[in-house]
Amino acid sequence: MKPLIEIEGLWTVFGDSVVHRDLNLSVAPGEVLALVGGSGSGKTTLLRQMLGLERPARGVVRVFGIPLHGVPAAQLRRLRKRWGVLFQEGALYSALSVFDNVALPLRELRCFDEGFVRDMVMLKLAMVDIEARHADKMPAELSGGMVKRIALARALALEPELLFLDEPTAGLDPDRSESFVRLVAELRRELKLTVVMVTHDLDTLVAAADRIAVLAEQRVLVSGTLQEVVAARHPFIVNFFLGERGLRALAALRPLTPGGAAGIR
Amino acid sequence: MQPAASTAIREPEIRLTSAADGGTAVALSGAWDIRALQARATELGRALARHARATSWDLTEIQRIDHIGALLIWRAWEKRRPAALALRPEHEALFARLGAPRETSAARARADWLEPLRSLGDLAAALAGGALEIVRLLGQVMLDALAVLRDPLRGPWREISAGVYRTGAQALGITALVGFLIGVVLSYLSAEQLRDFGANAFVVNIVGIGVVRELGPMLAAILVAGRSGSAITAQLGVMRVTEELDALAVMGIPQSLRLVFPKVVALAVAVPLLVLWTDAIALAGGMLSAKWQLGIGYRTFVQSLPAAVPIANYWIGLGKGAAFGALIALIACHFGLRIEPNTESLGAGTTRSVVAAITVVIIVDALVAVMFSGVGMGLR
Repeated sequence: MKPLIEIEGLWTVFGDSVVHRDLNLSVAPGEVLALVGGSGSGKTTLLRQMLGLERPARGVVRVFGIPLHGVPAAQLRRLRKRWGVLFQEGALYSALSVFDNVALPLRELRCFDEGFVRDMVMLKLAMVDIEARHADKMPAELSGGMVKRIALARALALEPELLFLDEPTAGLDPDRSESFVRLVAELRRELKLTVVMVTHDLDTLVAAADRIAVLAEQRVLVSGTLQEVVAARHPFIVNFFLGERGLRALAALRPLTPGGAAGIR
Repeated sequence: MQPAASTAIREPEIRLTSAADGGTAVALSGAWDIRALQARATELGRALARHARATSWDLTEIQRIDHIGALLIWRAWEKRRPAALALRPEHEALFARLGAPRETSAARARADWLEPLRSLGDLAAALAGGALEIVRLLGQVMLDALAVLRDPLRGPWREISAGVYRTGAQALGITALVGFLIGVVLSYLSAEQLRDFGANAFVVNIVGIGVVRELGPMLAAILVAGRSGSAITAQLGVMRVTEELDALAVMGIPQSLRLVFPKVVALAVAVPLLVLWTDAIALAGGMLSAKWQLGIGYRTFVQSLPAAVPIANYWIGLGKGAAFGALIALIACHFGLRIEPNTESLGAGTTRSVVAAITVVIIVDALVAVMFSGVGMGLR
């Protein structure tokens, strides 16, 4: 199948330092790809380049087969309606209520009446387990976990085919982060989503990702299933997955995930 | 994954057939997802609603469906699952989710006829509260000043000097431009009138007293309120949004000593200096205009200034400058510290801070004009 995202020969340069050197990566439809890497390895920058928020120094990023730079603005706008993004801090509009935050993308389309928008927003909020009584609250009154779930509801408002998650479980307690992972898995099965996520959280990684791409040494060091990644004996990987912390997480999850990485149940 | 990946995706379509028992059977086909529905949602919604009473529904021909399409159909069913419904198993989950019981959001508050009166009361209470709060802040700054006097080495001197530079030195250009133009205009208009009475020499009195006593301090204060007052409010507001204020509090660093006190002192120092500067430039503008209009020489103008403008006016101007500076800083800090962590509040707080600062400056100026009406008037 044709890849949904293709990155070819990408270079990122900040001043004198090269962050990505001739990086290649592709994401197949329907898969959950996790990007991991040490801090400063350019995970978030790569994500922002896939979103067209930053322009690489060299190279092409194609999403749905459309290059993100050098295409007409109208085509790019249409493209952007086909993906949803969950930012690390949620990025809810602080001047709008929870309801209006989720309703905004639907209202922007200007093709649904207010009753429909209302039902749709309530449905999306229910999907992420937000009770209706929170709909009139302002983002400043919410806890971090609720902000993330509402931001996910907003990202899903336009029925995206592709979902970007930036540190989806950072700042959530283990219980919440587990239910968040379950939620994403459920939505993915139901809506046939393709998911690209940046995460540090080994539990999330093991539970949700089909494929892991490790960013180190300015490129994609290795990409594949958990076993394939762990088999590559690079110092970063050894430290990340096979360090004390990593082994603990893997050991705890092994009985739950027969075959190690076949994540979503 | 897509069941009909090989066949082309068709437009959403509604087909009607007569059922065996005389009712209508509705069959839906094609793609019922956001991409296909975007342009035709209203039209299809209405068409579906017309068949709300149909006896049976066949949804098995639908190629693709998402929540948007499902909700559109669900609404046509008046949010009840019809008795005779044929559905693909993979679409079951979508409709199951729609049918799940959900609490509905609380009803909107009904109209409140006393709202205008209530908001007037709120406004008055907010004004009184704000005034009290500013007095409290002033008291805190006084206490900080005492603490610094007792232990001068621990004073926030670096912040004060940075503040003087930012609010004073960097404002020299704009105050010079505005002061010069006002000086020219004031002198020009007075000269027009005075020439008719043959009282040319008095242009020095008008421009001198006007600029030194009123316009210089006012211009400097209004420009500083717009330039630095808004900056202070926005800075403190963003510090609230990014939790920097809380970080200071938990480190046990007093907010008022580190943030408010240096700004108040910096503005109380910088504004009188700006007043002197604005005075000088405005008088130069007036002098130029007097020479051009009335032929009063530069030397004559400068020499008659001390007689026309008693030195007391300078002290009044400088004193007003210091008071205005301190007031602007206090008001800006007050509004900055009260900003809530959202973008709306940041904008509203900054606006309110500038409006309040300029209003207070003008009120205080009027009070001072009344209080010192007998001081520094040369021609008595």
